[in-house]
Amino acid sequence: MDVELIINGEEKTASIPPETTLLKLLREEFYLTGAKTGCDVGDCGACTVLVDGEAVNSCLMLAGQLQGRSVETIEGLANLEDFHPLQKNFEDLGSLQCGFCGPGMILSAKQLLEENPEPTKQEIQDAIAGNLCRCTGYTKIVEAVADAAKEMREEP
Amino acid sequence: MKNGVGQPVTRKEDPKFLMGRGRYVDDIDLPDLAYGFVLRSIHANAKIRSINTSEAKALPGVIGILTGDDYVSDGLGVIHAEINPNLLKGEAIQYPHAALVREYVKCVGAPVAFVVAETQSIAKDAAEIIEIDYEILESATDLSKVRSGNTPIVWEGMKSNVSFTYGMGDAEKVAAAFSDSAHIVKSTVVNNRITTNAMEPRCSIGIFEPGEEKFTLYSSNQRPNNARQAIANEIFEISEAQLRVISPDVGGGFGMKGSFYGEDVLVLWAARKYSRPIKWNSERSESFVTDSHARDVISDCEMSFDADGKVTGLRVHADYNIGAYVAPGGSISPMWFTLLLSGVYRIPAVEVVTRCHFTNTISTAPYRGAGRPESAFILERLMDMASNQLNIDPIEIRRKNLITSDEMPYQTALMFSYDSGEFIEIMDEAVKEANWSEFEERKKESESKGKLRGIGLACYLEGAAPFNERMEIRFDSGGTVTVVAGTHSHGQGHETIYSQMVSDFLGVPYESVHLVQGDTDKVPMGRGTVGSRSITVGGSALRLASDEVIEKGKKIAGHLLEVSPEDIEFNNGTFSVAGTDKSIDITEIAKRSHTPVMWPGELGMGLEGVGVFQSGPGNFPNGCQIAEVEVDAETGKVTLENMVIVGDVGTVINPLLLGGQIHGGLTQGIGQALFEDVVYEKNGGQLLSASFQDYTMPRADDLPFYDITSHPVPTKQNPLGVKGAGETGTVGAPPAVLNAVINALQSKGVTDIEMPATPEKIWLALRKAA
Repeated sequence: MDVELIINGEEKTASIPPETTLLKLLREEFYLTGAKTGCDVGDCGACTVLVDGEAVNSCLMLAGQLQGRSVETIEGLANLEDFHPLQKNFEDLGSLQCGFCGPGMILSAKQLLEENPEPTKQEIQDAIAGNLCRCTGYTKIVEAVADAAKEMREEP
Repeated sequence: MKNGVGQPVTRKEDPKFLMGRGRYVDDIDLPDLAYGFVLRSIHANAKIRSINTSEAKALPGVIGILTGDDYVSDGLGVIHAEINPNLLKGEAIQYPHAALVREYVKCVGAPVAFVVAETQSIAKDAAEIIEIDYEILESATDLSKVRSGNTPIVWEGMKSNVSFTYGMGDAEKVAAAFSDSAHIVKSTVVNNRITTNAMEPRCSIGIFEPGEEKFTLYSSNQRPNNARQAIANEIFEISEAQLRVISPDVGGGFGMKGSFYGEDVLVLWAARKYSRPIKWNSERSESFVTDSHARDVISDCEMSFDADGKVTGLRVHADYNIGAYVAPGGSISPMWFTLLLSGVYRIPAVEVVTRCHFTNTISTAPYRGAGRPESAFILERLMDMASNQLNIDPIEIRRKNLITSDEMPYQTALMFSYDSGEFIEIMDEAVKEANWSEFEERKKESESKGKLRGIGLACYLEGAAPFNERMEIRFDSGGTVTVVAGTHSHGQGHETIYSQMVSDFLGVPYESVHLVQGDTDKVPMGRGTVGSRSITVGGSALRLASDEVIEKGKKIAGHLLEVSPEDIEFNNGTFSVAGTDKSIDITEIAKRSHTPVMWPGELGMGLEGVGVFQSGPGNFPNGCQIAEVEVDAETGKVTLENMVIVGDVGTVINPLLLGGQIHGGLTQGIGQALFEDVVYEKNGGQLLSASFQDYTMPRADDLPFYDITSHPVPTKQNPLGVKGAGETGTVGAPPAVLNAVINALQSKGVTDIEMPATPEKIWLALRKAA
């Protein structure tokens, strides 16, 4: 089947078997490997991307559902010269270690900050509770999201 | 110095990861790539009567199917473990295993066939129609039954399930101490089975170049040079030069990826057989079933005290579950466990017997801590039990028995001698940080809300920094620096730390330092990253490599400045002639050292240094953790309210990265204490906890922020004064949290809870006690 969609602001088309997930579409058709296969059943959040601004587990969504919709992946978030405040604050606090959960974590946080510019610690913890991280213990991630929120409020 | 040693420098690695540009094995795509899928045993113990692959082989898209018979007929070698002869009591029995089993399957998940196909889904479809006729046998999976001897024998022909026994200490001295003692505290301490769950599932790609007769293995592995050594020599019997192992970005290892696995062999073998590059990527449920598990030890423990509350002796008779097949690293946790059972305490007589049992489960092997958490858990549970039995405050009973700083160096009754540590000072600092003195008020406040509240501490020590290590520093002709590291960073941030060090040692810009690691064609030798060794052993080797660069630099500077090298001084990147204003910068020296003609032969070509550091007895990071919990007696749910850690990891190179290491370690320890448990079905041997739905990982909303303090006591065992930092969090957290939970339940008559302290267990214990 054919699917037409927007990925990181660019119109894309792909011809794929109907069982293809969004995660496979991104990784195998477009070589966007930032979204990771951590469990493939929606438990770990490593494959999180934004679909029309909403964080989804891309391993659970069929590519066919994306017809005409807009997908944002970590690759679309920023470049080296111009980090998103989330990326900048993750860097400042050393919030990542092995990096595997990072793309999903950052995109879950991005959705939170777009809906709730002044989240409490508990709200941040809840928002990323679907993203597993084995390295960091989450403390520095939660702190970085809070710092990014503050920065985005001060310099919108 | 900006970006120098001791500064909270942000990570060089981060921009790549933050943009999603990390390159893990599964991110690698190759032309003509085929996919492998491992068909695994669904039985815990069975005889394979027959395997029929003919229908599966005929499926369109299937390239080939390999079985254990093919493995034998192709003459491939087997995987075995090294058993430490210094600790071994009696004989060690191993059943070295092939990457594909034949005749018998001895655990659920044992690899029976390897299906190679054009796509992963075709390979899976083909695997489903392979017919295997099993004769199911009785299995032994539960360690508590296995240690009592009331289970079937895993390997036919053995008299018991004991594979090997480690022992240490003096049984007679302990018996004498016990007969003279005023009190004996006795307990059977259970350390439950857990699994690593690195977020990146294991993944391997095998490539074979028939022209060069050379293999390449991409593998998510912490020790690529070790993998090359073992796979080349023991499996394929080829020269090591014919195998290149590349560990690119690795998504967490924690010891579980410290050794190679059978799948690494399968992709290489199939790549040669079918002339295609082959990728195998573990599914998550497969990770649960096949990644080595950890802990799983039950110990009968007795600790004797004099009338004053001082420990006089300790006896630990432990039983480890090492699984059906001894993993390459399968003997490591029992070794550290056995060696570290004196912990931070002055114990005149210790006897440890550690029996390692075969069971019909997947192998156990190192996971963050590897034996150290198990020994610390025993000592800290016994201390709390003694506190109750002898009616001495938990802080005071520890104070009476902690080794004091003026007793250093302290020779334990086991093997190790500790060079440094301020255990009492650290405990006092933690007690203050935790505001222990006002705990009773917080407890009353919890009680006013109908909740129970508990506080618990753990004083602990671990052994770090095994083996020697090699590091190389090379300047290129443009003056930038490459560190060729024998260690392997997979989240620790070595590129940042090594850049800080080299920048400090040689006075070169931090930005000019680059890291090469994880590729055996580029790193001639190295032992990878396990056992909290990289910054201690690797960093010390880097210091020695820097010293060699300086010595060579002095010779070159002497030549260029026309003086004897003895007259050259080196300071912060500049070589100068003593007592003059003549000087030359190290970057200039590096450029000039590449002069192609009219250059003295004795000055070599280029500027480089190699350092090898032998870690000797290693070092002993230590600390004190204090946990405070609130327990809802209605539901049994524990809320971790506060977690304090005061730790001594020696000299701190980068406090920002150290914080991350401690946080992560703590969380894994807390995970075991409260949430995580590998559960095998008692009779059938099926793994019941084989998904993130069944195996509870700590999530962001389960944990408090941690209160971390560094109390550095530099070690004299290496030139940097650093101690291991990666594992301390995991060592102290389980006993601190369990002691706090049990403290909370004590007023209701509950005296012990096994890990993990789940709501169900607590609820049942409270009902039973009432």
